[in-house]
Amino acid sequence: MSKPETVDDKNFDSVVISAKTPVLVDFWATWCSPCRMVAPIVDELAEEYTGKVSFAKVNVDENRKLSEKYEIRSIPTLLVFKDGKPVKQIVGLRSKGDLKKALDEALAAKK
Amino acid sequence: MNKSYQLIIVGGGPAGLTAGLYAARSRLHTLLLEKAGFGGQITNAEDVDNFPGFPQGINGMELGDLIHKQATKYGLETALAEVKGIEVGDGRKLVRTSEGDFEAKAVIIAGGSEFAKLGVPGEAEYTGKGVSYCATCDGAFFRDQAVAVIGGGNAAVTEAIFLTKFASRVVLIHRRDHLRATKVIQEKAQANPKIEFILSSVVEAIEGDTLVRRLRLRNLKTKQQSTLDVSGVFVFVGLKPNTDYLISTVKLDDDGHIAVNQNMETSVPGIFAAGDIRRDSIKQAIAAAGDGAIAAVSAERYLEG
Repeated sequence: MSKPETVDDKNFDSVVISAKTPVLVDFWATWCSPCRMVAPIVDELAEEYTGKVSFAKVNVDENRKLSEKYEIRSIPTLLVFKDGKPVKQIVGLRSKGDLKKALDEALAAKK
Repeated sequence: MNKSYQLIIVGGGPAGLTAGLYAARSRLHTLLLEKAGFGGQITNAEDVDNFPGFPQGINGMELGDLIHKQATKYGLETALAEVKGIEVGDGRKLVRTSEGDFEAKAVIIAGGSEFAKLGVPGEAEYTGKGVSYCATCDGAFFRDQAVAVIGGGNAAVTEAIFLTKFASRVVLIHRRDHLRATKVIQEKAQANPKIEFILSSVVEAIEGDTLVRRLRLRNLKTKQQSTLDVSGVFVFVGLKPNTDYLISTVKLDDDGHIAVNQNMETSVPGIFAAGDIRRDSIKQAIAAAGDGAIAAVSAERYLEG
């Protein structure tokens, strides 16, 4: 259970919104080159944060309602959810170090 | 893990990967470091029509993949790590990265550039909320909406044409009274009924609510101010070389590009630069690849020296 889980309009609530742990959701699409570049980094993070954070992927092309709801206008966008609410947004291709820092900040922040 | 190499290449775009291809084929013990993903800027281009060998044109992402595949075919070692600094001492170079330190006798810096920012109010705030630096990534979010493209070079005009696939209206805003893009690209844009041009004008602010709603513009000739309702702003106002960490290592020009000679040698023996990051680069994938080949050959000569 350390690989990002593919979620869609139907199971987003059960996997992300009702999750007990924080969830990092990677909004991506097949046509987006920086999304493909960030994917292996997200996979590595999923491994390293096992038990602390769960990871999910949303294909924006197939799940327009979700990208509309969270006003995604640029991909890759990584949204960190805590208690069902987005608490941190990371836009664009970043190095692994930057992502870890942003993720740690989101985890440390009080609700 | 062996942390000592003959050659370290910084950057995994066309310049770095081509240098890696040449170095690996010369059997140099080489490590290529990339901070965030292989392929470089070219992967953001929808169609690449000026890379020889692809008469039908090629998708930028595909081209990046092909170059990466070819480069690693001969045993080039690669790692995902962000370079923080390069220290020179005693003929060897210490490369400090987010994933630890590496050492090599020669280094090729091919770290490319990132998109320059406009530097106006609202730009940072609305990044990901309507402000974008990648039309191929984000164009589809603006179906049947009006968008602006800022800039007048090849990237700006090409992306404006691409965005007409989705947007109802594409307004290209450029500070000069004429475009800088290659003529054949300009002609294509001018023939497209969805594209409008606002020349001699700059963006003063990007405004909206939770998303971008409008731009504040100023005409540089008439000094007149105006607003333009758009839901997207695509910024292509040039490139900024990724050399902040090199200021005290090699000689840079006033814009931050690395000074090199025709052999891609920098001011420091054993450190070479290739691609968009070097002075006088024409910032084209094919030229970057050529630089990478030259730098690798120069590095090999240096190592044999």
